[in-house]
Amino acid sequence: MYTEDLLKLLYQRMVLIRTFEERFRSLVEAGRPLGSGHLYAGQEAVAVGVCANLRQQDWIASTHRGHGHCLAKGVEARLMMAELYGKVTSTNKGKGGSMHITDMSKGMLGVNPIVGGGIPHAVGAALASRVLGTDQVAVTFFGDGASNQGTFHESLNLAAVWKLPCIFVCENNHYAESTPVEYSVAVPDIALRAQGYGVPGVVVDGQDVFAMYDAVQSAVERARAGGGPTLIEAKTYRYYGHFLGDNPLRYRSKEEEDYYHERDCILRFRERVLREELLTQQTLDDIDTQVKATIEEAVQFAEAAPLPDPQELYSDVYVSYPLEQLRA
Amino acid sequence: MATREITYGEAVNEAIRLEMRRDPTVIIMGEDIAGAAGRPQYEDAWGGPFRASRGLIQEFGPNRVLDTPISEMGFSGAAVGAAMTGLRPIADIMFVDFAGVCLDQIMNQAAKMRYMTGGQAAMPLVIRAAIGTRALPGQQRGGGAAAQHSQTLYSLFVHIPGLKCVAPSNPYNAKGLTIAAIRDDDPVVIFDHKFLMGARGQVPEDAYVVPIGKAEVTKPGRDVTLIGISRMTQVCLEAARELEQLGLDAEVIDLLSLAPLDEEAILESVRKTKRLVVVDEDNPRCSVARDIAALVADKGFDYLDAPIKTVTAPHTPVPFSGVLEDAYVPDAARVVRAVREQLGLGGN
Repeated sequence: MYTEDLLKLLYQRMVLIRTFEERFRSLVEAGRPLGSGHLYAGQEAVAVGVCANLRQQDWIASTHRGHGHCLAKGVEARLMMAELYGKVTSTNKGKGGSMHITDMSKGMLGVNPIVGGGIPHAVGAALASRVLGTDQVAVTFFGDGASNQGTFHESLNLAAVWKLPCIFVCENNHYAESTPVEYSVAVPDIALRAQGYGVPGVVVDGQDVFAMYDAVQSAVERARAGGGPTLIEAKTYRYYGHFLGDNPLRYRSKEEEDYYHERDCILRFRERVLREELLTQQTLDDIDTQVKATIEEAVQFAEAAPLPDPQELYSDVYVSYPLEQLRA
Repeated sequence: MATREITYGEAVNEAIRLEMRRDPTVIIMGEDIAGAAGRPQYEDAWGGPFRASRGLIQEFGPNRVLDTPISEMGFSGAAVGAAMTGLRPIADIMFVDFAGVCLDQIMNQAAKMRYMTGGQAAMPLVIRAAIGTRALPGQQRGGGAAAQHSQTLYSLFVHIPGLKCVAPSNPYNAKGLTIAAIRDDDPVVIFDHKFLMGARGQVPEDAYVVPIGKAEVTKPGRDVTLIGISRMTQVCLEAARELEQLGLDAEVIDLLSLAPLDEEAILESVRKTKRLVVVDEDNPRCSVARDIAALVADKGFDYLDAPIKTVTAPHTPVPFSGVLEDAYVPDAARVVRAVREQLGLGGN
């Protein structure tokens, strides 16, 4: 049921995200002025399992931890890297940085660093799909922390009462900044909250890309058929701190980290496809090599890309507005 | 173009209806925008909190005329997402006071989306918000709706880059500005004053646009410039009539557009009259009134023969009791007093 092309795509995208994040981290630690960022490493199976079910014109709304969502949806690594460098030939022309990467042409509505801020945007995109009569679906990603924001509850209710083609993917990585989920959520599974809105809620092993792919496939089919929203809770783990520079061992144990590292999504994918002879070692190695080259090319592209002209400060604020009223 | 007399509320309704006919991507959403949602026998029970959307659901159906649950953050955010993906939504948040529960979607999302995305995201969004105190039937006085249903608050929105803000003052410009806002490719917040909803005036039947960014000289004059915003334009006109009895010829400017600001019209008028009084129902700190005063102090100081005066609400919440509310809302007597002070006439 998993074609070779699909398996290669799942693996390539997971490795692409992991490599992108590791390279970004090494650049920041080497002192490159890239600002900070929220690394997606560890959660790759979620974004990849979701986006492999989507078409380019389907929409996703993302979180502050959004690099993985972008890459999984097909945003080019070099344009993202150039954005992190604040360069003008990039996804957002240097106006957004890590926390706002957007590529509308790939159906990517934006990384959104107001926790929960992007959730209703997916509801709106799903509404547009219905009003315009397309069969696009919209997916919103959000974390365990955002599941305590009003936007989550209002949006899930809106999508439910309007039966919109919208899928809610909660990435429960067990921490909202430093706050453990068992402190801030009083139910064992966030998916249980779906009951309060009359929609299906499912818990998925978010470190298993096959499980993610299957769960989202059903939810997408249901949404496209007019069945309304689904809440999917992916149990996952972020390997690094909340932001680059945050030491997570101030609030969690090494033993806990080891437990999740042993269940790493990329490791388990490799083990399974080799054991079941779905892909060859050579295929996996080739993908690793290609991805490494893609990321190195992205860094070179970003380093060489031009900076914005200071006058760009005033562009894109409005479609039309008197320029002299924008100046200080 | 044939005109007839209709109310402000009817003019807004007509503006929305004509634009929804013209453009199938225009939708409207909000609480009780039709009313009794899902119960066909009671369809359009409210037709909007101030009747501005009455009859729209019959013509355009529930797919484009969307009653929402009481979820301002949720539906204003959905409007943002819909605007990014091909619709031109009108989100009616009812009272501007309710911006308190959806400000993130207005301030951080709608206003900045185009900029943050490097120009990728379109945001042809209209937010409707009712401001001010409400006229009681047969009375000049306000509506006793108190501190959370009577504010004006537009200064908050004007402060935020990325938003356009308009405040109509009569049925004619309410229709023209509403149509302009719907057709605008930037997010526009329309502040409709509750006191004006029942005001009547001549309005053309067809669609027309009152341009955003332009103020209007409602009454030309030589001796002092009175700038009004929304309902305060009526207060300025009333003050101008009283000043006439003192032999003073006041010019009244109806600001109409708060962002962008028609700086040229303001400076041009002050250059002529040499005196400025700005009348604003908003609280005074960081207000549009003081913003205009700062503009004229900066760019028009040499024109002035007297200190700029602002006549605003006090730095207090809006009170309930009628006698307190009357003391809160600026009136013509206060405007006249400000002009007398400028002229050194003293007293009353």
